[in-house]
Amino acid sequence: MSVTLTVNGRQHVLDIDPSTPLLYVLRDDLQLNAAKFGCGLGQCGACTVLTDGKAAFSCLMSAAAAQGREIVTVEGLAGGAGPGRMPKAFIDEQAAQCGYCIAGMIMRAEALLRTKPKPTEAEIREGMQPNLCRCGTHMRILRAVRRAAGLPVEAEA
Amino acid sequence: MNASRREMLSAGALVVAFSLAPRALAQGGEGTLGAARANLPGSLRQTPLLDAWIRIDRQGAITVFTGKAELGQGIKTALVQVAAEELDVPPVAIRLVSADTERTPNEGVTAGSHSMQDSGTAILNAAANVRTLLAEAAAGRWGVAADGVTTAGDGHMKGPSGQSATYGELAGGLSLHVAARPGVPRRGGPHRTLGHEFARVDIPAKATGGQAYVQDLRLPGMLHARVARGRSDGARLKAPDVEAVEAMPGVVKVVRKGAFLAVVAERQWSAILAMRALQKGGSERAAAPLPADLQANLMASPSEDETILDTTRMPGPAPARQVKARYSRPWLIHGSIGPSCAVAQFEAGKLTVWTHTQGVFPLRAALAELTNLQPEQIHCIHTEGSGCYGHNGADDVAADAALIALAVPGRPVRLQWMREQEHGFEPLGTGMVVEIDAAIDGAGRIARWRSDIFSPSHNGRPGRAGNLLAGPEMEPPFQTPTPRPIPMPEGGGDRNGIPLYTLADAKVVSRFILTSPVRVSALRSLGGFMNVVAIECMIDELALAGGLDPVAFRLQNLDDPRAVAVIKAAADRFGWARREKGPGSNGFGFAFARYKNLAAYCAVAMQVSVDPRTGAVKAGKVVAAVDAGETVNPGGVRNQIEGAIVQAISWTGREAMGFDAAGRTGLDWNGYPILRFGDAPGSVDVQVIDRPGQPFLGAGEAGQGPAGAAFCNAVTDAIGHRLRDLPLSVPRIKAAIGA
Repeated sequence: MSVTLTVNGRQHVLDIDPSTPLLYVLRDDLQLNAAKFGCGLGQCGACTVLTDGKAAFSCLMSAAAAQGREIVTVEGLAGGAGPGRMPKAFIDEQAAQCGYCIAGMIMRAEALLRTKPKPTEAEIREGMQPNLCRCGTHMRILRAVRRAAGLPVEAEA
Repeated sequence: MNASRREMLSAGALVVAFSLAPRALAQGGEGTLGAARANLPGSLRQTPLLDAWIRIDRQGAITVFTGKAELGQGIKTALVQVAAEELDVPPVAIRLVSADTERTPNEGVTAGSHSMQDSGTAILNAAANVRTLLAEAAAGRWGVAADGVTTAGDGHMKGPSGQSATYGELAGGLSLHVAARPGVPRRGGPHRTLGHEFARVDIPAKATGGQAYVQDLRLPGMLHARVARGRSDGARLKAPDVEAVEAMPGVVKVVRKGAFLAVVAERQWSAILAMRALQKGGSERAAAPLPADLQANLMASPSEDETILDTTRMPGPAPARQVKARYSRPWLIHGSIGPSCAVAQFEAGKLTVWTHTQGVFPLRAALAELTNLQPEQIHCIHTEGSGCYGHNGADDVAADAALIALAVPGRPVRLQWMREQEHGFEPLGTGMVVEIDAAIDGAGRIARWRSDIFSPSHNGRPGRAGNLLAGPEMEPPFQTPTPRPIPMPEGGGDRNGIPLYTLADAKVVSRFILTSPVRVSALRSLGGFMNVVAIECMIDELALAGGLDPVAFRLQNLDDPRAVAVIKAAADRFGWARREKGPGSNGFGFAFARYKNLAAYCAVAMQVSVDPRTGAVKAGKVVAAVDAGETVNPGGVRNQIEGAIVQAISWTGREAMGFDAAGRTGLDWNGYPILRFGDAPGSVDVQVIDRPGQPFLGAGEAGQGPAGAAFCNAVTDAIGHRLRDLPLSVPRIKAAIGA
């Protein structure tokens, strides 16, 4: 069956099982690396993408349900000459250890700042709550989000 | 595999399973190297030839080889810095090749915070050797004294009269296929790279959707596989309907070998649907039923006992105050965010495996036994995965992928475990119990220390097929090798079991539990975490019994100046002396350890607040000081210690694998929750104490024990009760405070 998806501003017509989770379509059919398989249950956020500007677990959304939505992955955040604002903030803050969760973190943070450009510290932590990091890079991730938002990088303890 | 080969291999089980001694590379020319290697530092001792570590082509391109693997700890970046510093070239000039059975030295497993000590030291000295050879070659060419030749930081040698030659030109007339000479001096002058902040080389790809992981590998014609197992380790599927699944759309093959069952499909989603269909009949426990109380069972199980410290003959002052306590930790998961993954291809008699194993060579040995191929027919290439924190499912999934690839020759196969498989089958971090009976004298000195450490093995690593999950699933099954303790001074369950404090009268007995009813292996810092937690909790209990300040009490009982320095640095930066409990349920905790008593020093001060209504704990300000010897990348060290602190707060405050009679019960992030952003500390501040010229000590595991212990001590300070069984979970704290 044919499914039409709009990903990072480009339209793709794909001959796939429409019940396929969006995550596998992004990774295998569109060969995009950023969204990762973590749990398939919406518990870890490694697969987070934007759908119509909002953060979504691409492991839980079928390709059929993703039709007609604007889907954005980390690959779609690239600026003209280099990484976009959010990936750049993560690089500048060296906010990764193994980095497997980072693409999902970036998309979660991107969604947060699109709705709340200057979030409070509590709003940042609450906003990032759905995404898990096992390396313990949380403090750097928080700094990266603050940096991207133009807030002081060090929060009050 | 025929029976005689099987028997022969099992007879050598102990030797193979625990030997980390690397063998020489193909190009390594054993035998001619003489006794000089005994004086060589780090992994040069096992692999002394310079061209095993560094090659320079005629164009001046420099390639550096390491047998260690990037696990997210930043090792690639640090090793590039080390090589760049000693070769005196910009770091961007260096290409690093890591952990590959056909290209790099065999440096065993990337574990135990050994990478900088072993590989960093080898590359540092190999680079100094190469730089010296290049300078000598230039001196010969120009007819000048070698000490008149200098480097310029740009890949050129300069002569005293303005002569200049590129490293490439000089290397062209030079063989690096020679053994390193011991004692070659390091490059003098100020460091250009080493010890400076240097951005991780791997982060840009990870933050922009580049190909960064084995999960991202896409080979032409690649198939997708899933392995179908029961609920968790010890379970077997009941009557899988193989025929029905073979007929499912997109399914290429169902692979069955003994009890090993997997499905290969053209598309990933088809493979997942087929796996679910194979699992539809449910599973039942095939292994012996689990004991109802694993911790009680652990204490009652047969052990092999070794006294690892005995100073009881020394007369000591009469103890003034005595404290006896028993501490425990449950079984923990490594919990990689990305389930383990491998890509394997069998073509023309050659098996290639792209894997995030910590040890490509030990994995190759285990795969050879499992598949009955010769080691030379197997090529293991390290390709990054999700962080592992020890021996997770990496080797198991590589073996699964290898078995599947053998069934579909010619086609590459990508296999990733599902979430419940990672939680359900990875080897767990080992449950432990530590009993301590200690006393202080009237002068605040530790006058007596008796400790018993109860721990099953912390090492189920491959080297043998029986250590792979699929091994015992074969027919006939490969037997899981009998685990052996890791000897001191590094130790396994008894790692860090001997306090670094000055003890007048002490005895520590390591009780190695011979069998474990659950599958276990190395989790970051092995027994070091639990032993440091137990010791540092007891130190606080003794300080409390004597009415002494915890930091002052530690300083009073330590002689090692580097230990004293990190404790003072952490206490000062935290403002320990000025801390104010204030009203409510605020608490402060402090802890210290030197990892393995021979590696990095780390002290942690932590403030927590406990919600008196719910028992919920929140870490506020956290300060650490670390001395990891000579610092290669201060940012890298801080990143490791920050991560250790947050991870240890998760381990200590909430984590425990649940079990029922059938097996594990924590099979996803709801069943086995870990720390989320809402519970991340208020702030984490890490001070790195640099020790230029001192050996590299590694920072990957220095922080877990002190951070976990500081958390326990802070919670105790906050609630006025000492909880000794980990995790210090919300329900336990709530019960303790009667909320």
